[in-house]
Amino acid sequence: MERIPILKMGSFLLVTIQVDMHDQLAMTLQEDLTNRISETGARAVLIDISALDIVDSFIGRMLAGIAGMAKILDATTVVVGMQPAVAITLVELGLSLDGIKTALNVDRGMALLRTSLSLSADEDLEEQRSLSSNSSFVS
Amino acid sequence: MSTKKLQIRTQNDIVIVRKFVREMAAQLGFGLVDQTKITTAASELARNTLDYGLGGDVEVESLSNDRGKPGIKLVFSDEGPGIADLKLALTDGYTSGHGMGMGLSGSKRLVNEFEIDSEVGKGTRVTITKWK
Repeated sequence: MERIPILKMGSFLLVTIQVDMHDQLAMTLQEDLTNRISETGARAVLIDISALDIVDSFIGRMLAGIAGMAKILDATTVVVGMQPAVAITLVELGLSLDGIKTALNVDRGMALLRTSLSLSADEDLEEQRSLSSNSSFVS
Repeated sequence: MSTKKLQIRTQNDIVIVRKFVREMAAQLGFGLVDQTKITTAASELARNTLDYGLGGDVEVESLSNDRGKPGIKLVFSDEGPGIADLKLALTDGYTSGHGMGMGLSGSKRLVNEFEIDSEVGKGTRVTITKWK
């Protein structure tokens, strides 16, 4: 089954949506992300939508759903990279994406997440090192 | 000018409709924002046709007005249950299903012309036109 890959970097999960999403793919992503948050204890999710040339109400609802579920699992979500034409269209469509944090690009999104989690610039990477050393200790 | 009929029977058909409308808008010289608006409206209405109209089709037509301005006309038809209260269905935030209730009212704002005919038990037809 077709899936959108989810990368883990320290305590962050990163998703880049590169395909024109059909509805089932969007639902699968929602489910996969919540599972990964729960498995990894990730504190933050960054979703890059710079490759999406439209966001309709279905995709908007999916993004809001991810942010809502992540919040319940104690993770913060930020959506980054929205194309200007998509932003203009969304506002006219009447979708305000309430409850979703957004940032202009990946760098600003990462900065926003670090600030909201009170992490220093490389603390998310630090945690990754300690996690990987833990796992090598276990094995 | 040219007309093409696309069926809307599966979720993947929505993606095909989006792609087709986007390409036609680009070919007709629509700017990026207008391409995005008509494609988004097409996506919303195709999903309505599938989810509420239980499937149907869309006729995509490229137009030219009397001053030679290009446009795109989309006619979404289904033979689903129809809409009993059109005024209510066109209200922002009203939803009969699992959406955000922005499908019809939102699409209307994204295009230049919007027309809806519906009859309970017969089906629904939504016609939109976007001029360059």
